[in-house]
Amino acid sequence: MNPSPRFMVNAGLLIALAAAPLIAEWLGDSFYTGLLSRVLILAIAALSLNLLIGYGGMVSFGHAAYIGVGAYMVGIGAFHAFEDGIDWMLNGYIQVLAAIFGSALIALVIGLISLRTRGVYFIMITMAFSQMLYFTAVGVEIYGADDGLTIYERSDMLGLIDMSDEKSLYYLIFVSLLIVLYGLHRLIGSQFGAVIRGTKSNEARMRSIGFSPYKYRLAAFVIAGSIAGYAGFLMANLNDFVSPDMMHWTRSGDLIIMIVLGGISSLFGPVYGAVAFLFLEELLSSIPLTIGGLRVGEYWQLIFGPLLIVIVLYARNGIDSFLPREERRA
Amino acid sequence: MTNDLLVVENMVKRYGGLLATDDLSFSLHEGELHAIIGPNGAGKTTLVKQLTGEISSDSGSVILADKNIERYSEPARSHLGIARSFQITSLFPDFTVLENVLLAVQAHSGHSFRFWKRATEVADLVEPACAILQRIGLEARKNTPVAALSHGEQRQLEIAMALASNPKLLLLDEPMAGMSVEDSGKLMTILQDLKSKVTILLIEHDMDVVFTLADRITVLVYGRAIATGTPTEIRNNADVRDAYLGEEA
Repeated sequence: MNPSPRFMVNAGLLIALAAAPLIAEWLGDSFYTGLLSRVLILAIAALSLNLLIGYGGMVSFGHAAYIGVGAYMVGIGAFHAFEDGIDWMLNGYIQVLAAIFGSALIALVIGLISLRTRGVYFIMITMAFSQMLYFTAVGVEIYGADDGLTIYERSDMLGLIDMSDEKSLYYLIFVSLLIVLYGLHRLIGSQFGAVIRGTKSNEARMRSIGFSPYKYRLAAFVIAGSIAGYAGFLMANLNDFVSPDMMHWTRSGDLIIMIVLGGISSLFGPVYGAVAFLFLEELLSSIPLTIGGLRVGEYWQLIFGPLLIVIVLYARNGIDSFLPREERRA
Repeated sequence: MTNDLLVVENMVKRYGGLLATDDLSFSLHEGELHAIIGPNGAGKTTLVKQLTGEISSDSGSVILADKNIERYSEPARSHLGIARSFQITSLFPDFTVLENVLLAVQAHSGHSFRFWKRATEVADLVEPACAILQRIGLEARKNTPVAALSHGEQRQLEIAMALASNPKLLLLDEPMAGMSVEDSGKLMTILQDLKSKVTILLIEHDMDVVFTLADRITVLVYGRAIATGTPTEIRNNADVRDAYLGEEA
């Protein structure tokens, strides 16, 4: 079987991402490794959100909350290891499990209630829950309240991965992205995926042929939340810092923008979206032009906003529309 | 007890001031093809929705195989063997023909918490789905997205979806709606083949179809059954002539 042009483009992107830190090193500029690490972590989170939005028709507007929960697990672990000498709390594997299961549990509770609603109500209720978590984090004095927590020591992976080395952290993130991509690819094509997609497409018919979609939608909601929680674990290690800001509803909005920008009805769309979003942010905010004493770069969103509108209006499925068509697999 | 598969007793559905189903009682014998006819707005589709559980009745009961299922949800009734086709085509337009039927088969093959294997590679689902497509004459189109099917083919797929669950009771809501003469001829053959294998409640405006296929006919006017009987009885019933058939019959 010959690889399709779309496959080549996607593979090209992944190869470029695999080679990026080596090129950055060769150029002697490690700034891009850090930026790309951030891009890929957000790509993982956006991919998980796209399972809900793109494939399940569940427009969750609180997805950043799970990133925050995962990140706080690292922050809290590092805090107690540092302040109270509780060493096991620095163990990266325990932190990963805490991040995944902690965010899964929160997604379960939020999903149990939110998934009883549809449409605008679902958007509002998921956003309200995420804001509750945001204000909870703001209120917890011991963990820095709205100042956040500085992480003095990254997760201890027991010598297997050196999280303090930017390059090995990058490759951990990159491999995680590959696993999430393949896992979602399988999930979407599976019987479970068929139920999720079918419910987005025609819920009335799903009920008529004998499905009760609620439990499947809830499972998808929990899966997406736990992947985002894992992204939070990575993000905390990258930033050496966690704060309530990570959970603010505008961060959830950024994730939705990435998905829309990249294309909601394709597997790779959110990856393209995350790359484009962060590079545009970087590019536009460094415009050196000054008008009337105001630096244009500081108001980069004034340019980004209309750009997004143009993309949504003229490219139905974001960046994905510009890539070669995927041959349909039956 | 009886040879009635379905018994409907004193069923009522009210929409504000409108009585869509007005104290309706009737029964379906096991294995018969029972047609419901009546003018537009007689409450035929409302009746189908009440039987499947998509909408709940204000009062009355639905008894399937001696079991009162009035409180059962729509998916639960599907699992008890009730299936319907839709008057206005209701499929999964971005799925292929096979994927549509596959999903209907899957709904009746245990839970769907199966996350890894491609649904289209599960032999236990694909084989029965292909068998149904063959029976309905859509096998050659199985890899075509539904959106690319002709109207007639979509109507055929409607029936295939309903058959996929191997139902005891098949509710067909105007299966011929909007079909060409050629396509409805094809569907007629399919229905003739289905007849006596499964109990069918057929709602249809085409009187030729109804009088050819039906074992019994119930005439519904303003949510009330004004007559039930064999095609000959209905044809000769004076009330039915006044209310509906007119000079046509």
